[in-house]
Amino acid sequence: MGKLKALLGWIDDRFPLTANWKAHLSEYYAPKNFNFWYFFGSLALLVLVMQIVTGILLTMHYKPDATQAFASVEYIMRDVPWGWLIRYMHSTGASMFFIVVYLHMFRGLLYGSYRKPRELLWLFGMLIYLCLMAEAFFGYLLPWGQMSYWGAQVIVNLFGAVPFVGPDLSLWIRGDYVVSDATLNRFFAFHVIAVPLVLLGLVAAHLLALHEVGSNNPDGIEIKKKKDPKTGIPLDGIPFFPYYVIKDIVGVVVFLMVFSAILFFAPEMGGYFLEHNNFIPADPLKTPPHIAPVWYFTPFYSILRAVPPMFDSQFPGVVAMGVSVMIFFLLPWLDRGAVKSIRYRGTIYKSALAIFVVAFLVLGYLGTEPTNVWGQFGPWLGNAERATVVARVFTIIYFLFFLLMPWYTKIDKTRPEPERVTS
Amino acid sequence: MDWNMAQSNVSRGKRRFLIAASSVMGGVAGAAVAVPFVMSMTPSARARAAGAPVEVDISKVEPGMMITVEWRGKPVWIVHRTPEMLASLPKMDGEVADPKSKVKQQPDYAKNENRSIKPEYLVLVGICTHLGCSPSQKLAAGDADGMGSNWPGGFFCPCHGSKFDLAGRVFKGVPAPINLEVPPYAYLSDTRLIIGADSKGA
Amino acid sequence: MRQLLLALLLAPLAAAASEEAKLDRAGIDARDAVSIQRGARTFVNYCLNCHSAAAMRYNRLTDLGLTEQQIKDNLLFAADKVGEPMTISANRKDQKEWFGVEPPDLSVIARSRGVDWLYTYLRGFYRDDSRPTGWNNVVFPNVGMPHALWQLQGIQALKTETAEEDGHKVEHRKLVLAQPGALSPIEYDKVVRDLVNYLSWMGEPAREKRTQLGVVVLLFLLLLLVPVWLLKAEYWKDIH
Repeated sequence: MGKLKALLGWIDDRFPLTANWKAHLSEYYAPKNFNFWYFFGSLALLVLVMQIVTGILLTMHYKPDATQAFASVEYIMRDVPWGWLIRYMHSTGASMFFIVVYLHMFRGLLYGSYRKPRELLWLFGMLIYLCLMAEAFFGYLLPWGQMSYWGAQVIVNLFGAVPFVGPDLSLWIRGDYVVSDATLNRFFAFHVIAVPLVLLGLVAAHLLALHEVGSNNPDGIEIKKKKDPKTGIPLDGIPFFPYYVIKDIVGVVVFLMVFSAILFFAPEMGGYFLEHNNFIPADPLKTPPHIAPVWYFTPFYSILRAVPPMFDSQFPGVVAMGVSVMIFFLLPWLDRGAVKSIRYRGTIYKSALAIFVVAFLVLGYLGTEPTNVWGQFGPWLGNAERATVVARVFTIIYFLFFLLMPWYTKIDKTRPEPERVTS
Repeated sequence: MDWNMAQSNVSRGKRRFLIAASSVMGGVAGAAVAVPFVMSMTPSARARAAGAPVEVDISKVEPGMMITVEWRGKPVWIVHRTPEMLASLPKMDGEVADPKSKVKQQPDYAKNENRSIKPEYLVLVGICTHLGCSPSQKLAAGDADGMGSNWPGGFFCPCHGSKFDLAGRVFKGVPAPINLEVPPYAYLSDTRLIIGADSKGA
Repeated sequence: MRQLLLALLLAPLAAAASEEAKLDRAGIDARDAVSIQRGARTFVNYCLNCHSAAAMRYNRLTDLGLTEQQIKDNLLFAADKVGEPMTISANRKDQKEWFGVEPPDLSVIARSRGVDWLYTYLRGFYRDDSRPTGWNNVVFPNVGMPHALWQLQGIQALKTETAEEDGHKVEHRKLVLAQPGALSPIEYDKVVRDLVNYLSWMGEPAREKRTQLGVVVLLFLLLLLVPVWLLKAEYWKDIH
């Protein structure tokens, strides 16, 4: 045992091992009232590690070449020992990543985790979200199925809608006049190396920013305001290690049960996680009748489709879609509420958030379907498609949630926050 | 301090047990995940198919001649040895490093003086056991191939000068340490060999 | 699944326009290895001359309980060794000329089309002299493929009946067997069911192993949850 201590001392003289262990684990004091919503940060980290490990194993067998990519995925599924397991882990992990991240972000909305002094933490998180979207987009081209190909074609063409520079921009992104082998190879480079490196850096920044100010909690109060006079430790704080490490392990096991249930029994998830059309090799000459992005992009896709062409251009729709994502960055400054947590907010804010959630889900569903999914109204509404009308209504609601927030959070009748955390 | 650990010994024992139980089961889970990952790097069905045994028709190989076939990306020689070639082998016992083939460079059925199932046909992997070059064939005895009048017949590796006799046995005093490898093989008939599998169907 | 939902949602519209073929249920039993073996034989005999299944190695059929010798004797027509994949030697350019399109590789056709679609498709061919091959299909209008199994099924014709329903004209289309084949309709359905079962198996040979392992994994995780949960509860006694 003495030898171990001596070794540790030798390391600590040359590397801040114990110092960091204390700062970030054994003496990082987190509020003791974390609930269900607080599992998703560590789960996001778990999924990131899983995607990297399974991703590395996949790159040992995958061929990033337009003539070989599709076949190489089936090679992995059949000829590589346990290849099917690694592939399904990666595909299920991709969708689970977004489920976990959306729930993680929603926690932020519930408890005001983006409010001062955590604005930068939120900004890093939003940058991680953008990288995640890019990572998923680049990765989805790699199987080189019909959905892969045409999804990429549509999205890259969106950049073509940018005034003046659009077509050249699309040409530069693609490396060719249409999505082709050149595009596949560079998307592979982005997906395997560039974006993961950026993601890892941003995750490190995210955690450092968090630990600098300390975690928020379901009551939205700052535990650092009430410290023990002798030790300086927040009265409502508990050391992250061992308490939250042990609690997060429970979260991990439950998550793995859900993850495994999907992976082993329904990896396609009815065509939402692995789309049926993607089992058809990419055909540049034949567009599938119904292209939709993968489910985690559909709320924003809905907004894109809902905006009608203006000035002979689809560009306003593209802008609307872009803004619908980017507007999240502004949350710390849009929210003028007197309290952080929904527990102490009034009816106005609670209603606004509830309506926003409904809008997000409805827009998400509509994005998976063709616009004629609900038929048409009669001539009295100009035979307009029902789904398009609904999407437009909810798009407006979606933006109003943010745009009116400075006003309704101010007039919202809040309750007094407690002095100490509640359970 | 709320987490002041003033517990009794019973509680401490319980904690140790639960940590141990969780760690053991967690370790099992970790191993269970690691095994498929590690196995995924072993040869795939495609590699195994490409490395599948190769059938060879030896009916056209004249006595004193040899052919080369490919198996698992490697050259495999099939030499049709003459009675004179076979007679010369015992005389080489003193000049080769491992005359009795003690080092396991051949299947058990080739662990004999001729290093083969039937004396007439020698099957060897044509890769020098020094650093992997493919030796040249110098089957004829004497100076015919520029090997000097004392040359008994065999193989000469041009890279670093290693020499092997007509049973693939390595000469003493050359860089190569061990005899040329005899691959698993079997007779499907008198004129057909299968290289890469023996009669047990390896 | 999603295709079916889509078809169902569109059905009310479709009735007013042209009638979409309703898909029959394939009713395959994925656990019936013998059915899949029979389907493999049909596949190799009838499909593998125009279509390839390049991701499918012959020796994978040992998963179904066949020995390599059985595979060599009964199924290995288009290759030399059991380790080889089900590729074909057909000239792709010629095929494109004859059929208008290259016959697609069928390795994962069951995952893109679905078993119900394939089952209905293979039983949905009818004589149509307006088509270059003389054949058409109710689920795949103007398909380039001729009816490869016509000798087994016989020849169907498409009968159109116009009827009055709810005050407007509705067209009903029905397939009738104009000329019987070597098999009765029930026998033919069975052959197609076995073939579709094989196509479904071929789409994901690891499926059975996947679900079996899934049971083990979930049970293990449930078990793992016990000490992990108790450990959390025990340590959190410290917190008040």
